[in-house]
Amino acid sequence: MDNILDVTQQLIEYSATIAVLGVSISVMILLYRAIKGPTNPDRAVALDIIGINLMALAGIIAVLLVTTKFNDVILLIGILLFIGTVALAKFLEKGVIIERDMD
Amino acid sequence: MTRTNDIILRATTTLIAFIILGFSIYLFFAGHNAPGGGFIGGLMTSAAFVLMYMAYGIRSMEKILPINFRYIIPAGLIIALGTGIGSFIFGQPFLSQTYAYFQLPILGKTELATALLFDLGVYLTVVGITMTIILTIANDRS
Repeated sequence: MDNILDVTQQLIEYSATIAVLGVSISVMILLYRAIKGPTNPDRAVALDIIGINLMALAGIIAVLLVTTKFNDVILLIGILLFIGTVALAKFLEKGVIIERDMD
Repeated sequence: MTRTNDIILRATTTLIAFIILGFSIYLFFAGHNAPGGGFIGGLMTSAAFVLMYMAYGIRSMEKILPINFRYIIPAGLIIALGTGIGSFIFGQPFLSQTYAYFQLPILGKTELATALLFDLGVYLTVVGITMTIILTIANDRS
């Protein structure tokens, strides 16, 4: 029985490490798009998805470190990402982020 | 420029602002035994307010939320100072904290600490300062 538990722990560790590698490669490719991207909306979308990959990375690292303290951080990154992307989109479309008078 | 239609942004804001406000209240109360506390709770509350300001504009938000955020800063500072001065009543040094266990109706046996009141002061000050900075920068007229 102990043997199975050890094997499972090893398996989780290996797969988490492989997942960290995959997410890191994805962040690298997205960084290329964020730097090279011909237009500003390209960069905005690339930064948005880099943030989502950051959430995934925080989750995998929480698995690797065997802790639940990172769950709040993951939610926090998601909320800040959404607000940041909305602000960037409003700036690109209208030129102002908080308007004085709408309608 | 044609009139734009913000219906998707507004519909998601009505849902998400409530979730963010609930999350901020959770972070504020969880700060004693878990990650969180007054500072990050206040920042999340102001994030929800900023999202609502972005979706509805300043003029509508003044009707929805008729608060001058400048007055929240001294209120929070007075609460934080009051918890420090309150320890003088019991003959303790400045900013002494204590806690006790109470039997609350729904929550059951709960640990209530006076550090929560100090945290409330931090929370209100952070909300006031963040919203004051953002709204002052956003208001380019007048």
